[in-house]
Amino acid sequence: MSPLHLCLLLSTGLFCIGLAGALSRSNAILVLLGIELMLNAANLNFIAFWRYGPAPSAGAGVVFVIFTIAVAAAEAAVGLALVIALHRHRRNLRLPEATRLKG
Amino acid sequence: MTLSVQHLWLIPALPLAAAAVGAVLPRSGRVPAASAAIAAMGAAFVLSCLALNGALADPARHAVHNFAWFDLGHGAVMLGWLLDPLTAFMCVMVTFVGLLIFVFSLGYMRDDPHFARFFCFLSLFAAAMLGLLVANSLLLLFICWELVGLASYLLIGFWFHRPAAAAAAKKAFLTTRLGDLGFLLGLLWLYDSAGSLLFYDAGRGVLESGVLAGLTAQTVAGGLALSTAIGLLLFCGAVGKSGQFPLHVWLPDAMEGPTPVSALIHAATMVAAGVFLVARLYPLMAADQALAAVPVHALTVVALIGAVTALLGAVIAVAQDDIKRVLAFSTVSQLGYMMLALGVGAWTAAIFHLLTHAFFKALLFLGAGSVIHAAHHEQDIRRLGGLRTRLPATYRTFVIGMMALAGVPFLFSGFWSKEAILHAAHGWTVSPLPLWAGLAAVALTAFYMTRLVAETFFGSPRSPAAAHAEESPAVMRIPLVLLAGCAILLGFLGTPAWPWLQARLAGAPLHGSLEHLFEGGGLMLLSIALVGAGIGLGWRFYGRRPRASAAAADPLAAASPTLMAALAARLGCDEFYAATVGRLHALAAAVADGLDRWVLGAAVSGVGLLGQFGGVVSRENDEGALNGGFDAAGAGLRGAGRSYARAQTGRVHGYLRALAVAFVVLGLVLLAGGVP
Repeated sequence: MSPLHLCLLLSTGLFCIGLAGALSRSNAILVLLGIELMLNAANLNFIAFWRYGPAPSAGAGVVFVIFTIAVAAAEAAVGLALVIALHRHRRNLRLPEATRLKG
Repeated sequence: MTLSVQHLWLIPALPLAAAAVGAVLPRSGRVPAASAAIAAMGAAFVLSCLALNGALADPARHAVHNFAWFDLGHGAVMLGWLLDPLTAFMCVMVTFVGLLIFVFSLGYMRDDPHFARFFCFLSLFAAAMLGLLVANSLLLLFICWELVGLASYLLIGFWFHRPAAAAAAKKAFLTTRLGDLGFLLGLLWLYDSAGSLLFYDAGRGVLESGVLAGLTAQTVAGGLALSTAIGLLLFCGAVGKSGQFPLHVWLPDAMEGPTPVSALIHAATMVAAGVFLVARLYPLMAADQALAAVPVHALTVVALIGAVTALLGAVIAVAQDDIKRVLAFSTVSQLGYMMLALGVGAWTAAIFHLLTHAFFKALLFLGAGSVIHAAHHEQDIRRLGGLRTRLPATYRTFVIGMMALAGVPFLFSGFWSKEAILHAAHGWTVSPLPLWAGLAAVALTAFYMTRLVAETFFGSPRSPAAAHAEESPAVMRIPLVLLAGCAILLGFLGTPAWPWLQARLAGAPLHGSLEHLFEGGGLMLLSIALVGAGIGLGWRFYGRRPRASAAAADPLAAASPTLMAALAARLGCDEFYAATVGRLHALAAAVADGLDRWVLGAAVSGVGLLGQFGGVVSRENDEGALNGGFDAAGAGLRGAGRSYARAQTGRVHGYLRALAVAFVVLGLVLLAGGVP
């Protein structure tokens, strides 16, 4: 098994854990955590394909990942702001009960 | 103080403004409508006097003020105002007589529900007539001429709910239109050959010698000079408006209007328009006099038509029984006199007679109005009688008017103006007919007016209405007195000893001396004798032994029943027209109706049916195909919307799960297809 395959298996595992967490938890913060895990699995794939790809010397993969992390940070800020707004509005964070956009 | 020619338009504009005010007032606006009309007329009278004052300063001058109406082709259509003694005298007469008639109408029309409308129409009538007088352009004159026709239609048919009044209005309008057709043709021809319609325009006007020389130099069909042909066409308009034979038939019927309207039409405005037109165009009408080789001169036709009309009107008036109809036929006859005077070349005498006639005929009509008002709208002289004591003021003024019309010597204005005309007719060398017709009409006029007065005012009342007549209010008596005064005094402006009016009209120096007073004494004696004979015979037949009852036979009818019946039927002119022109017209109308109904109507119906068919096709198409398609599409959209709405639960986990499943499916598809 080549190192690339190992890396891909690791990232797949990470993605599945994140997906399972996002789908199974009802707390909004935990769902957000799951989504972050899936995002990091994707970042791992970027790095792996760059490191074991045809041109490992150029810095393209690292730059991509840094971009993605920046986007993820922004997304986490938006997500946390939504969570805070949800908590203020409903006094809890149970997603199955938050079915209406109308306030 | 004078009124300059630039401001001459104010004279017709004031009554026009009053008409506009009257037109927008509601039916209850009786006082404002009447006061606007009377105030405007009074102001117009003052302005006319100022204008006359200015015109008399230099009577030979034709002061004009021309302006372009609109540009057309190479030049502009010009209109303008004209101030000379003819215009000024006419304006003063129209405004003064009109003002008195307006005041009289206050009393006469007091109980009419459409009082405000009446004054609006009266003002319009006066405005049109005044506009006609001040015009310096044949076109402007024609416009006002037609407005006079319109106003007369509105006023004659004022009581339009009476079928006779509606028919009379239509008859007056159509008959005068017939003459106006000739007028219009003449106008167009004149514009075509002279290039202008202005009367006076610094040498380029159609009444000035330069243009007239050009018009007389050309000949048209039959060897007529061009000016003769145009003059005769224009004269057609005057024949219609002034009730000359053969278009006189509308004038007696116009009596259907309210009596003040009759006074206005028959004295001051409408019928005077035709005489005024010929007098205004006199240089054009007389332009062919110098030519010897033409078959006929325009003025000869004018004189002969006038002579026939003068005699015809007087003869028919003898046998009329309606007080207003007698006066109407006397108007026809007197207008004939005026045309006769114009034709024999004495246009100043014609205008003199026009002015004196306006006053005494207005007096007679208003007097008749007073009688009718007092006798509860009884107009038949056979059923009147004995009103002398019941209506003393009306009686006295009416007799003054009657004597002026009959030409009782020396004191009354009608005598002097009639004498002037007969004198001119005597000097006419072409034909003796006008003189004989004039002399015969003198005797007949004296006769029928004596009959009218005797039947109306003498004897005993022959109907309850006449027996209970009461004198009219002061608002109706005062105009009568003023007019009676004028009917006497006006004659002294134009006696042979001091022909001031004629000299001023012609712009000639005044040669007056007492020696001229009895100039042509033989003719004057003859006409005095004829007047005396007429009055004497009238008194013998009608005055000495007054009619005993309304049903008693007329003494003349007893003597000569067929002649009197023919005269009473107005010599069958109306019947003759009905049998010839009327029948021709009915035939043409039937043909036109058939064409309209069967040819044009069928075509129109065909097009209509085609359209209907197209409509049916379109509707079927619309309802079946288009609507169905849109309905089906709409239903499909609604169903799709409903099913998608079901997926929109609002549960975040549901969405996430859908995402995950889709992702897995995408992965499987990619795996199955092989990663590229």
